[in-house]
Amino acid sequence: MNNPQLTKDGKLKHLLSIEGLPKTILNQILDTAESFAGVSEREVKKVPLLRGKTVCNIFFENSTRTRTTFEIAAKRLSADVVSLNVGTSSQAKGETILDTVDNLIAMHADMFVVRHAQSGAAHFIARHVPSHIHVINAGDGRHSHPTQGLLDVFTIRRHKREFHNLRVAIVGDVLHSRVARSEIHALTTLGVPEVRVIAPKTLLPADVERLGVQVFHDMRAGLKDVDVVMMLRLQNERMSGALLPSAQEYFKCYGLTQEKLALAKSDAIVMHPGPMNRGVEIDSSVADGSQSVILPQVTYGIAVRMAVMSILAGNPE
Amino acid sequence: MKIHIKNSRLIDPRNGINAISDLYIVAGKVAGVGDAPEGFNANQTIDASGLVVCPGLVDLSARLREPGFEYKATLESELQAAVAGGVTSLACPPDTDPTLDEPGLVQMLKHRAKLLNLAHVYPLGALTRQLEGRQLTEMCELHEAGCVGFAQTDAPLNDTRVLLRAMQYAATFGFTVWLRPQDAFLAQGGVAHDGEVAARLGLAGIPAIAETVALATILRLAAETGAKLHLCRLSTRIAVEMVRKAKQSGVAVTCDIAANHLHLTEHDIGFFDANCHLKPPLRSQRDLEGLREGLQDGTIDALCSDHTPVDDDAKLLPFAEAEVGATGLELLLPLTLKWAADAGVTLPDALARITSIPAGILGLDAGHLGVGSSADICIFDPLQYWKVEAKSLASQGKNTPFLGLELAGKVRQTLVHGQVVYQKP
Amino acid sequence: MSKLPDAELLVETLAEQIRPLLERNVALVGIHSGGAWLAQRLQQQLGDDIPLGSLDISFYRDDFSRIGLHSQVKPSSINFEVEGCHIILVDDVLYTGRTIRGAMNELFDYGRPASVTLAVLVDRGGREIPVEAQVVGAKVQLKPGENLELTRDQAGKFHFILHEAA
Repeated sequence: MNNPQLTKDGKLKHLLSIEGLPKTILNQILDTAESFAGVSEREVKKVPLLRGKTVCNIFFENSTRTRTTFEIAAKRLSADVVSLNVGTSSQAKGETILDTVDNLIAMHADMFVVRHAQSGAAHFIARHVPSHIHVINAGDGRHSHPTQGLLDVFTIRRHKREFHNLRVAIVGDVLHSRVARSEIHALTTLGVPEVRVIAPKTLLPADVERLGVQVFHDMRAGLKDVDVVMMLRLQNERMSGALLPSAQEYFKCYGLTQEKLALAKSDAIVMHPGPMNRGVEIDSSVADGSQSVILPQVTYGIAVRMAVMSILAGNPE
Repeated sequence: MKIHIKNSRLIDPRNGINAISDLYIVAGKVAGVGDAPEGFNANQTIDASGLVVCPGLVDLSARLREPGFEYKATLESELQAAVAGGVTSLACPPDTDPTLDEPGLVQMLKHRAKLLNLAHVYPLGALTRQLEGRQLTEMCELHEAGCVGFAQTDAPLNDTRVLLRAMQYAATFGFTVWLRPQDAFLAQGGVAHDGEVAARLGLAGIPAIAETVALATILRLAAETGAKLHLCRLSTRIAVEMVRKAKQSGVAVTCDIAANHLHLTEHDIGFFDANCHLKPPLRSQRDLEGLREGLQDGTIDALCSDHTPVDDDAKLLPFAEAEVGATGLELLLPLTLKWAADAGVTLPDALARITSIPAGILGLDAGHLGVGSSADICIFDPLQYWKVEAKSLASQGKNTPFLGLELAGKVRQTLVHGQVVYQKP
Repeated sequence: MSKLPDAELLVETLAEQIRPLLERNVALVGIHSGGAWLAQRLQQQLGDDIPLGSLDISFYRDDFSRIGLHSQVKPSSINFEVEGCHIILVDDVLYTGRTIRGAMNELFDYGRPASVTLAVLVDRGGREIPVEAQVVGAKVQLKPGENLELTRDQAGKFHFILHEAA
């Protein structure tokens, strides 16, 4: 099957999921992001790469955070940015996804950043856009959030340098998490030898080991000697959906506290994609503690998104 | 009208015929096989050299979309598709709009179908009113109007007491109850098989236990009530094992699988191909093998098309939102032949699964070419490849996982009551 | 051309021409990769206390839409205050002038220098943009399609390689 993300010569055409991307492309994005991290620290945070191009954020599912970071990233590349929060506009009037997309194409957009509540939505849109348009998946249902996965491994690389000797634990609702799936694919592709998932059975997908992870139901056992702890957000609906009894019990068994963190390596880093539920998946003292890299993650997110947009914009059709 | 079909490879599974032979038709009925009847003088001769002549196919499930869903397909377009696929008799499920739970609707459907003079239509009546799973339908009236069985299709029937009563009532009159085993609670929200592929793609899963847990209940109730049971569209290896045991212990049960499930697994979803959004879902490789073993050893009785035409717009959506279903009438024959070739099954054995055996399940004198039977005949070229694409399909539903692929097995002519109702252009 | 220029000799020439410019608030900024090596060597020769920076102009090239982003982007590194500084911009070969234009655009995004002096090892002519180097090691003539590339060996010594027309 043709990889829908790559051109015939193996260059990145769309960023739809981390799964299916070769290690060389992941590294290209991470290396390019290093340069952009420097740009963000300057007085003039802009470079002229995407000048004259229009980037459209089409968010069928709301998100102020992610949309804002994509907007900032595009503007720092000197692109013109249009943001469409479809929930409030034509989609609500019954317009189909393809009609919304076609209208934006007619307005000469060059790049779409898409977020949708359904898995596969970004692939679907990428199948239907003309060849000069690039699609970036900003999150599709439970499937994939590739820029988050990328910024997470970028963060790990910044703090740990090498991947080949790391133990990484991902804690929480893997079943419903597109972030978890992207993180798992990024880590395994980059050669992390041990990727652990820590969660109750109700929050793990069927056959999850096939993704290349080791399953732990006991958080203390799962955190032993890890170098990186990646926490996932727990949504309130999980309690009402008969997947968990209460937030309190979840915090007791799977919340990250100082005491549990001490089981990991002493220089282990703590990550979270945000927004955090303090006291549910993570204790405030850990979130604000010395091992937390949660705030830097946000900064790196802009550099990584700038890198993705630049690479896509520069690749020939 | 006297028709002589000559020189074909004549295959009649029920009557054990598999030879180069001739077929003679008089006044819409089979008048002779092999030797011409006394004083036969053909008005029309069909030279079927190099072709197979077999009984017209009997399809246990084809949605014709009338009444109610005419924008997706019409009776006329789908019955054209049927005969283009060599299907001369078909059963249609009651999930129309309005539901087939009133004798008047059934009569009207049968009447309209008859006027079209294409394939024979045998409606299945709804098992419960509006398929809501609460009240029984007038099964006797519906049977009189022409229903050959009573089905719940994909609508949930969670109240086990209602299920018990429906079976008891059907058993009273010897009616067959058609059920697709699915526990609505376990399947809730799911769109793909709950396994490795759904885990990777982030699709909500329908676990195998949704089928097997429901099946256990249904089989127990069938044994208790003595109702005749036909299980529709099995999809798991374990369900096949359960049916094997039930048959061995004497439960009156038959079952079918959809042709797609004989060839495809969850992996065919690929990059969210909405054409693979089906019910039941495409399951694992192990399940596929279980279905093939079951079909081969007879645990699974028949193959059907599960024809469900869907309009293009309804598939142009992200996977979970895309409408469920695939066009199938014109693919039933080639997919059966493909299975026969893959599994090393003889042609007569394979054709039995789509002719004599489903006819038996429907209680019809069809699916065979015995002298005196209605001349419903399919003439096809088993070696001719054709490409599955919008323009080669007569059905208004152009969506199938096999779109773009080439399959072997092309119908050349179809006869119903001795009349040519389809001829390959 | 008759003979490849002696890169090491030219570096000496360049260093001598730059030395008189050092009294003010100066910094050396080299353009990746040849210019960056040169700037590094010049800093070694002229004084480690001179601030050293490098620019990877990938984000400022004018041919991005045609050839895309280079697969190896190195971060630019300017760790000193550009505002009010006298920058000595260093590159190996001056040709069309487009690289210098991109470098200046990038430099000015860091701040407003007091002045920019361009020092190149070799000026091969063929300008497409009005850019001139104030400090030049040598002027050379090349045939169309020929390319001059600066390399640095294990010991840190510079050599030129001539790439013939394809």
